[in-house]
Amino acid sequence: MQDIDIADLKRISELIFQKYNYDFRNYAMSSFKRRVLRIMELKKLTVESLIKKLNDTPIFINEFLDELTVNVTEMFRDPSFWRIMREEIIPAIQLNHKQFKIWHAGCSSGEEVLSMCIMLKEMGILHDVTLIATDLDVNILEKAKSATYPVKNMELNEKNYIRFQGTASSLKDYYKEDSGYAVFDKNLFMNVSFRKHDLVLGDVFNKFDLVLCRNVMIYFNQNLQNEVLKKFHESLFKYGYLAIGSKESLIWCDYANRFIVVNNEEKIYKKIKD
Amino acid sequence: MSKFNLNNSYKAVVIGGSAGSFQGVVKILSQLPKGFPLPIIMCLHRLKHVRNGFVEALSIKSVVQVTEPYDKENIKKGGVYLAPANYHMSVELGNYFALSTEEMINNSRPAIDITLGTTAYVYRDKLIGILLSGANRDGALGMKHIHEKGGLTIVQEPTECMIDTMPKAALAVTKIDHVMKVDQIVEFLKELDKQYR
Ligand SMILES: C[S@@+](CC[C@H](N)C(=O)[O-])C[C@H]1O[C@@H](n2cnc3c(N)ncnc32)[C@H](O)[C@@H]1O
Repeated sequence: MQDIDIADLKRISELIFQKYNYDFRNYAMSSFKRRVLRIMELKKLTVESLIKKLNDTPIFINEFLDELTVNVTEMFRDPSFWRIMREEIIPAIQLNHKQFKIWHAGCSSGEEVLSMCIMLKEMGILHDVTLIATDLDVNILEKAKSATYPVKNMELNEKNYIRFQGTASSLKDYYKEDSGYAVFDKNLFMNVSFRKHDLVLGDVFNKFDLVLCRNVMIYFNQNLQNEVLKKFHESLFKYGYLAIGSKESLIWCDYANRFIVVNNEEKIYKKIKD
Repeated sequence: MSKFNLNNSYKAVVIGGSAGSFQGVVKILSQLPKGFPLPIIMCLHRLKHVRNGFVEALSIKSVVQVTEPYDKENIKKGGVYLAPANYHMSVELGNYFALSTEEMINNSRPAIDITLGTTAYVYRDKLIGILLSGANRDGALGMKHIHEKGGLTIVQEPTECMIDTMPKAALAVTKIDHVMKVDQIVEFLKELDKQYR
């Protein structure tokens, strides 16, 4: 395994910023370093040859971003979170807005969005909800749109679903198997639009009742978390909800006092101040 | 001069363990001197999808409450930290934790190599690494990193381990400064504590 020092990591993030307008300069160093090393290993590149390739081969950038970002996800991740969504958060939103909007920020290959749609369908309100699912990584968005996953991933997804206690006896009710893949019913995505959006450089583009951004900001340093939280604050209606990953915290962010904790265990917050 | 030839320059202790390490960890934590001056950073293999229970089980007998840090939480002297379920746990320059959901390593998340490797990078020769019983090679590379940065390496005596694959793998890839039974590790930590009084 090769090593890479911070100066070279900075050269790489600076180059990507200047040349391609993606800003990884405030990503957490430890994981950014592992991702770059992983790409070097996968592509058999040295630091210098990687920099050269990024400079000379513009089409390489999408593949590079796809490998650089961490796309690992699962359906119904943290089943207790989804139970709280179903039993408390969604009903609370519906008290005010029968029709409402959800933003999945950093949706990766779509498992979280699909979980949401299945849950909303089981609640009988899928047609009342508009969902926007965004990610920086265009390759992963294509996977998300296809709603198709290797069957070997379904064991874990199914286990989570059972712990979520959905109304179907199995996720099998929602997909068909085709040559080693679980192909989900596309109707589940009838109200979802998938879009490329960069949380770091992108603008606020809409207002939502609920924003999910789970296990995305862990890849950012504290300064960047702070900046992105401001964008979420702006993207939420007053009394809208923000859900982050179960091991993330807002307490050190400037805007934390504009939110209250609704559920500490599941890390669900509510915007209470503009 | 202490029998382990210790001094008070160390800044952190990192512990890795897998199958068969639970009892050892409990013993270490229950006999830790009160006010132990260094953070203890632990990465133990655990059920991926059980979020609760483990930290509580470890805390019952521990002198210090064990916590699973939040992402970007600062590392405090004397804190005892455990990598949370289904997250890799790194240490960053500036002495705080960073969590990640990257692919499993050696079939594990949290992976011991990640915690050991990043603590070695941050604490260099001011680190003590301890690897306990386990049925997997995870941690061996991390111990190598600790040694290469000048840190002190300790593995549990393989004959005492329920499963000795992990300490043996470390012994095979790098220089291990001490091979110790858990009781000796406890003695060692007590000696270390005295250096700071
Ligand atoms: C680990 S996945 C999280 C998936 C899902 N939310 C979950 O919790 O399982 C992180 C995703 O964040 C995306 N991401 C990273 N940086 C981003 C940015 N600046 N803007 C938008 N998405 C980003 C990555 O491409 C990746 O798909």
